Amino acid sequence: MTYVDGNVLAGPLAEVFGVDFTAVTGTCASCGFAAALATLRVYSTAPGFVARCPSCEEVVLRLVRTPTEAWVDLRGARSLRVPLT
Amino acid sequence: MAIVTPGFFGKRRGAADRLPPGQYLADDFPVLTAGPTPVVHTEDWEFTLTNEVGERHTWNWRELQALPAETPTVDIHCVTKWSKLDTAWRGVSLDELFADVDTAADYAMVHSYGGYTTNLPLEDLLDGQAWIAYEYDGEELLAQHGGPARLLVPHLYFWKSAKWVRDIELMVTDEPGFWESLGYHDYGDPWLEQRYQGD
Ligand SMILES: [Zn+2]
Repeated sequence: MTYVDGNVLAGPLAEVFGVDFTAVTGTCASCGFAAALATLRVYSTAPGFVARCPSCEEVVLRLVRTPTEAWVDLRGARSLRVPLT
Repeated sequence: MAIVTPGFFGKRRGAADRLPPGQYLADDFPVLTAGPTPVVHTEDWEFTLTNEVGERHTWNWRELQALPAETPTVDIHCVTKWSKLDTAWRGVSLDELFADVDTAADYAMVHSYGGYTTNLPLEDLLDGQAWIAYEYDGEELLAQHGGPARLLVPHLYFWKSAKWVRDIELMVTDEPGFWESLGYHDYGDPWLEQRYQGD
């Protein structure tokens, strides 16, 4: 049992934020590694999505989708770098 | 086996009556994980109970194995909707481990090797309801299922039964754990279908 690449989050994140995250870079709050979405290691068999840093394996982003809400935790991301067109 | 007659479960309740609302029966034992499987060798393994004033009780692997073991056979219910009936475990009752712990706290935070956490009321860990389990189905507990030892609290959704359990910290006020802080229910009673906050 292992992880999948971060592109699996593109759809759920676009649904929540209306932004294409495939070009977003998140900086890991734990080690400072700047990770493109695709490089995140996503554990998706859990009760939600858990995206971990490819460098230090700490949690960068978590997302849970309930029947009526999405919950997003970005504590593990020091910053998100989002291209503006 | 294609035919299951009403008498198949003998004097036990039928399988359908043992399934909480919204659950289905799993034939296999699905592995759910929020991160890499921690490698914990039994020679390095420790389990600690910490009360609300910071007093610690710690057991190493040899000390855990020396305590009286129980062999609960229980039904387990995952919030992702699979249930598994009659799972057979071997482990030490939390009543045994809490016997010398002095506390007035009402809540517990469970911490795992690898960083996972989950919260529950202390009373749900006592009175024969919870174990530190180190065997499943007659074999030592595999790492993918939480070995060398996991918490087993089968009357709550299985995310409360933390794999790779490392310590339990008693708290005066409740705090949310890993999933409880991201939309999942603080208590998680499968029979009340308490999956998410507000259920
Ligand atoms: Zn990192």
